Amino acid sequence: MNSSLPQVRRTAVYVYQAPLRAWHWINALSITILAISGYLIGSPLPTLPGEASDHYVMGYIRFAHFAAAYVFVIAFLFRIYWAFAGNRYSHQLFTLPFWRASFWHELIHEVRWYAFKETEPAKYIGHNPLAHLFMVVIITVGGLVMIVTGFALYSEQTGLGSWQDELFGWVIPFVGQSQDVRMWHHWGMWVIVVFVMLHVYTAIREDIMSRQSLISTMISGWRMFKDDRP
Amino acid sequence: MPTTETYYEVMRRQGITRRSFLKFCSLTATALGLAPTFAGKIAHAMETKPRIPVVWLHGLECTCCSESFIRSAHPLVSDVILSMISLDYDDLIMAAAGHQAEAILEEVRHKHAGNYILAVEGNPPLNQDGMSCIIGGRPFVEQLLEMADSCKAVISWGSCASWGCVQAARPNPTRATPVHEVIRDKPVIKVPGCPPIAEVMTGVLTYILTFDRLPELDRQGRPLMFYGQRIHDKCYRRPHFDAGQFVESWDDEGARRGYCLYKVGCKGPTTYNACSTIRWNGGVSFPIQSGHGCIGCSEDGFWDKGSFYQHVTDTHAFGIEANADRTGIAVATGVGAAIAAHAAVSVYKHAQDKKGDDQA
Repeated sequence: MNSSLPQVRRTAVYVYQAPLRAWHWINALSITILAISGYLIGSPLPTLPGEASDHYVMGYIRFAHFAAAYVFVIAFLFRIYWAFAGNRYSHQLFTLPFWRASFWHELIHEVRWYAFKETEPAKYIGHNPLAHLFMVVIITVGGLVMIVTGFALYSEQTGLGSWQDELFGWVIPFVGQSQDVRMWHHWGMWVIVVFVMLHVYTAIREDIMSRQSLISTMISGWRMFKDDRP
Repeated sequence: MPTTETYYEVMRRQGITRRSFLKFCSLTATALGLAPTFAGKIAHAMETKPRIPVVWLHGLECTCCSESFIRSAHPLVSDVILSMISLDYDDLIMAAAGHQAEAILEEVRHKHAGNYILAVEGNPPLNQDGMSCIIGGRPFVEQLLEMADSCKAVISWGSCASWGCVQAARPNPTRATPVHEVIRDKPVIKVPGCPPIAEVMTGVLTYILTFDRLPELDRQGRPLMFYGQRIHDKCYRRPHFDAGQFVESWDDEGARRGYCLYKVGCKGPTTYNACSTIRWNGGVSFPIQSGHGCIGCSEDGFWDKGSFYQHVTDTHAFGIEANADRTGIAVATGVGAAIAAHAAVSVYKHAQDKKGDDQA
């Protein structure tokens, strides 16, 4: 009797452990705050009337930016720690199998899937190769660039001799001058904004169209596969 | 008895009273950020120490550094420092000319070997064998290297000597090169600005005399006491910045009320100089106080950083001029449209596949 009903067997793997999921969402929140407040530092809100002592708008916006930046950095450091402490999928963000031919074959397959040239995507327990590449380049390398340039700019107000200056002050003459650092930090924001757009879209799309779960995985940690085929 | 006159002797000879002299000492101590007790030390140094011979060379420049220097607010400074330097070499203001003038250089080089300060205004062009700047019939770069050989230290006056300034702006046809890229074996103190503030210039010289050492420099070789903070950090309009009150366009109500000039392109937040504290023309004013944003004239390559009236400036890369915000918004919009199109096709495909599955 039951055999007449369509049967879908789902297998599941526990991929994202709780600390990693927490990191993901904290990271998402801090990036959102950083992008919005950062944009408003570059292009401030319209002028407010009244005395200067009545308002502290730029002060609050900058505070939000710096506070979120510290959260982002501490989360980033935690994430590096978790690459060692977590399960076998946790170090994917910091490693790229650049010399493995299969990685690039699978990556091309994934690109073809997005270009509607493949009828079916492959199954991956961790990131698919395309996502993997993007994660390493944007989140790890890009995040690091934003942290370094960000602290260099922050050191301008903490002043010479502050630990931010000792650690990151060299970045300013290395890049050129303060304005150049600002400009590249600004470009970095747009790169991350575009990445977030793609990331959210592909996560939703793959959740519906691929053979595995994505969004629920980042909430529960379990990767569900929709079929048993390889 | 020292072979060379002390500063104090020169000052007295110039008719400066002791009272004015002491005023100068305490003013300088304050300008250098020293404790009040240092005024005495400065006075003592000026009374007892022989002058440091200074040779002031001019390369590719507009002479605005010298113009600023001779307009030094404190009359004492202009009188004294000016007479002091004219004793040695400064082709702009010395009496000697031609071969006589060049002979002085030779003399200083041998008599004060290892002791004199080489102050350089402007920079040497290196293209066409340095032919774009000829002094005494020879390329300036030759004179510069010759004099640098036996000097004690080099002071790069102004943005030309420090960074290259306008003649080094893209595409820099003469390959005007900052002094520190030509002289590599001597300490170089950069005193950038277009021009630098007069009191900063005299302050640096006074420091070297008083303490017999070069002032502490930052990573880029600028004296910390004058270039340790940004214009923005000490700007009197900073409360308007923090409050989010900006001049939105010229001649608006905000401009009349003296709001922050950030939105009309003020480079105060990215410029290291002492304008907002020492100010100009005897502390009368400085650009921001006069209602115009800082153009960042003491920063490296300020001519090539886009408009003076734009805060988020253009990016010059691969020959393309792009503004981060304009490009960013355009790309984000494009990607958004692409996502929407891709999503539409995906929905269509998905629906088709579903139909296929149902039929199967």
